[in-house]
Amino acid sequence: MVTHIRRSAISILVMTAVFGFVYMLAGTGVSQLIFPHQANGSITSSGSTLIGQDWTATNCPGHPKGSCVFHGRPDDTGPYAAVVCAPGAKNCTPSSGGDNPLVASRVSGESGASNLGPRSKVLLDNTKQLIAYWKALGVNDPTPDLVTTSGSGLDPDISPADAMVQIPMVSSATGIPAPKLQALIKVHTYRAQWGFLGSDYINVLQLNEALVRLK
Amino acid sequence: MGFFLTIALLVVVLGIAWRYLGSYMADVFEGRVRYLAWAERPFYRLLATSPEQEQTWKRYAGSTIIFSALFLGFGYLLLRIQGSLPLNPQHMGAVTPALSLNTITSFVTNTNWQNYGGETTMSYFSQIGVLTVQQFVSAAVGISVAITLVRGFSRRNSPTIGNFWVDITRCLLYILLPIAFVAGIILVGEGAVMTLAGPATIRDAINGVTQTIPRGPAGFMGAIMQLGTNGGGFFNVDLAHPLENPTALTNVLYICLTLSIPFALTYTFGKMVGSIRHGAALLAAMVIIFGVWVGITSYSEHTNNPAVVAAGVHSTVGNTEGKEVRFGDTSSALFNVSMTQTSDGAINSAGDSYTPMGGFGLLTGMMLGEVTPGGTGSGLYTILVYAIIAVFIGGLMIGRTPEYLGKKIQAREVKLAGLAALVMPITVLVLTAVAVSLHAGRAGPLNAGPHGFSEILYALTSQGNNNGSAFAGLSGNTAFYNVVGAIDMLLGRFAIMIPALALAGALAAKQIVPAGLGTFRTDNGMFIGLTIGVIIIIGGLTFFPAVSLGPVVEQLSHGKFF
Repeated sequence: MVTHIRRSAISILVMTAVFGFVYMLAGTGVSQLIFPHQANGSITSSGSTLIGQDWTATNCPGHPKGSCVFHGRPDDTGPYAAVVCAPGAKNCTPSSGGDNPLVASRVSGESGASNLGPRSKVLLDNTKQLIAYWKALGVNDPTPDLVTTSGSGLDPDISPADAMVQIPMVSSATGIPAPKLQALIKVHTYRAQWGFLGSDYINVLQLNEALVRLK
Repeated sequence: MGFFLTIALLVVVLGIAWRYLGSYMADVFEGRVRYLAWAERPFYRLLATSPEQEQTWKRYAGSTIIFSALFLGFGYLLLRIQGSLPLNPQHMGAVTPALSLNTITSFVTNTNWQNYGGETTMSYFSQIGVLTVQQFVSAAVGISVAITLVRGFSRRNSPTIGNFWVDITRCLLYILLPIAFVAGIILVGEGAVMTLAGPATIRDAINGVTQTIPRGPAGFMGAIMQLGTNGGGFFNVDLAHPLENPTALTNVLYICLTLSIPFALTYTFGKMVGSIRHGAALLAAMVIIFGVWVGITSYSEHTNNPAVVAAGVHSTVGNTEGKEVRFGDTSSALFNVSMTQTSDGAINSAGDSYTPMGGFGLLTGMMLGEVTPGGTGSGLYTILVYAIIAVFIGGLMIGRTPEYLGKKIQAREVKLAGLAALVMPITVLVLTAVAVSLHAGRAGPLNAGPHGFSEILYALTSQGNNNGSAFAGLSGNTAFYNVVGAIDMLLGRFAIMIPALALAGALAAKQIVPAGLGTFRTDNGMFIGLTIGVIIIIGGLTFFPAVSLGPVVEQLSHGKFF
C-alpha cells in the first residue's frame, strides 16, 4: 500500500512534467519555428481565414445591408445568434449577436452548434425565418448550407453552389455583371483535398477580399 | 465517389498500422525495444522497481487503482485552484467543485466527456497540466491492462502478469509520445492553432466586424487526444472547430490516429499468443460491425433533414445542420462513427442534429460496448471478454469444456467475463431510469419529444462507455449530471477493468492444453460469427427497449415536429 502510494506520487509528478508541460511546450516551440502563420491562427489583416465572420451588417450604400458581399453560413446571422429581421417584418426586434454567441450554453465567445434535433419545431421555425431573410435580400432559392448552422458555429467556408445562388444579390448591389462573379467564384473554389477528401469549398473571407478588389 | 476513396485510403493506412504498429507494440511490451532505455532506467530506480519485478494480478490492480485515484485527486486540486496558477492569460477563475469532479473523472477514465466549454472555462495550465497529461496516461493504463490479459493467454502456470509501472512507462515513451509528436507537427502545418499567446482581436475593414479569435495549444493536444482515443478537445465544439480540425486531411488524420492503436492491438495480441490468425479473427469481427455502422450512418446523413425540408428548402446534398462545409455529410458521419465505435467521443459535426437513424448509428455504436475496435486497450480487453463468452456458448453447443488458445474456460472465468459484460448495460440503464424519473434529470434536454429522451440516454451511455461524445443540447453542467456522470464513468471504467485483470490472473495461472480433434476452433468464420452474435445480443437486446423510445420513435413519427 505504502509502496503503491509512493510510486504513484512520484509518477504523477514526473508524468505531469513530461507528458504535460515538456510535450506541449516543445510542441509550441517547434510549431512556432516551422509554421508560425498556422500556429498563430492563420491570421491576416482582416481576420482569420479559419474563423467565419458576420457579413450581414456590411454597409452597402443605396442597397440593403449586407447585399454587396457574399455571406457565409448563418451561424452569426441566423435566429440562433443575432436577430436579423427581414425588411418590413412585423414583431421582430433586431439585435446584434456578437461574433459568436452560442444558444446551447448561452456563453458568448464559445464555439457551438445549434444542437437542434431533426424533428425540432424550433429548427423548423428558424429555417423558415432564414428562408424569408434570404428572399428579402433577393436570394430566391437558398441552398441548405445557407439556412442551417454549422458544427462549430464558426464555419469559414461555403460550397460553390452556396456562392452561386448569391450572385443575383451581389450583382445588383455592386453592379458587377453576373458572369464576372461566376468567374470569381470559380477562381476561389478549393477542390476537395487530394481530389477526394471532404468537399469542394470556398473561403468566404478570401472571396470577399477579392470582390472588394474587383469593385 | 470521394467517400469511397476516403474509405480505401483508411483501409490502406490502417492495414499498414495493423501489421507494423501491432508488431512494434508486441516488441515494446515484451521488452525488445530499448532505444529509450537511458530514460527508462533512472525512472525505474526512482520508483524502486524494475522490469524483472513482476506483479500478481492483485498487486497490478492495486497499482492501477491507487495510481488512478491519486491522479484524480491531484487533477481535482489543480482545477480548483486554477485561478491562482500561471499560464492563464484570460484570467479564468476556479472550476466549480461538481464540474471539477466530473471533468477530472472524465479524463482519468479516458472518457473526456466535456461539461465545460474549453475556451471559456479552462486555463492553458489546466489544458496542459491536467487534461493533456491524462490523455497520455489514461490511454497507457488502458493498453497496459489489455496487455496483461494477452499475457494471461500467452503464459502458462505463471503467478504474475507483468509490472504496471514498467508497462505504462514503455507505452508512454515508445508508443504514444513519438506518434503524437509527429502527428502534432502535421496538424499544425495544416492550420491547427498552437500558441500560448492568448486570444487575438482583429477588425475587418470590409464589414466593420471586430472579432475575437480564440487561440491556444490545440494542435498537439488534438494529436494525443485522438491517438489515445480520449476525444476531449481544446475547444467547446471539439474537432468541429476550424482551428483544431482545419482541413479534410486533418479530419482523416484524426480518424487514422484514433483507429490505429485499437485495431493494431489485435495484431499485438496475435503475435504475443503465437497465432496471428486469432488476432485476425478478432479484427474481422471488429471490421464487420464497424463497416455496417459506417454504412447506416453515412447513408442516413446523406438524406435530408426533415425540418429543413418541411421549411421549404429543396435539397440534394444531405443533412447540413450541424456540419461543416469542408468535410461534407458522409465524411462527417464517418468521423463521428469512428469516434463512437472507439472510446474516443470527439465530434466534427453536431450529433444532436443528425437524422434519427444517423443518431441511432452513433448511439448504438457505443451500446455495443465499444469493442469495434473500442478504446486504446479497453477495446481489446472488452472484446476478449466477449470472445470468452462466445467460446463458452460454443462449448455448451458441442458439450465440451470450452477452451480459448489452449486455456480451459471454467466457472471462474465465465463469471468474471459475465460480470465485465453486464456492468455497463446495468449502469447505463439504471442511471437513465433515475435521470428521467427526477426533475433535475428531466431539466437537462434542449429538444422536446423523443429527441429529448435520446439526449439523456446518449449522455449516460456515452459516459458509461467512457466515450465522451454527446448530443450536446443536454445541459450537462448541473450538480445532478456532473455527479451522476462521474459515477457512471467510474463504474464504466473500473468495474470492467478489474474483472479483466482478475481474468488475466486466473488465465495466466493455467496450463495450456494442446488443441485436439474435438476442440472448438477459435480462429475461423464460425467463431467470428459467434463473437459478432454475442456483441449484438448483449448490446442490442439489452438496449432495444430504450432505443425504441428514442431514435426509433423519432424515425417513425413522419411529419410530426416536437
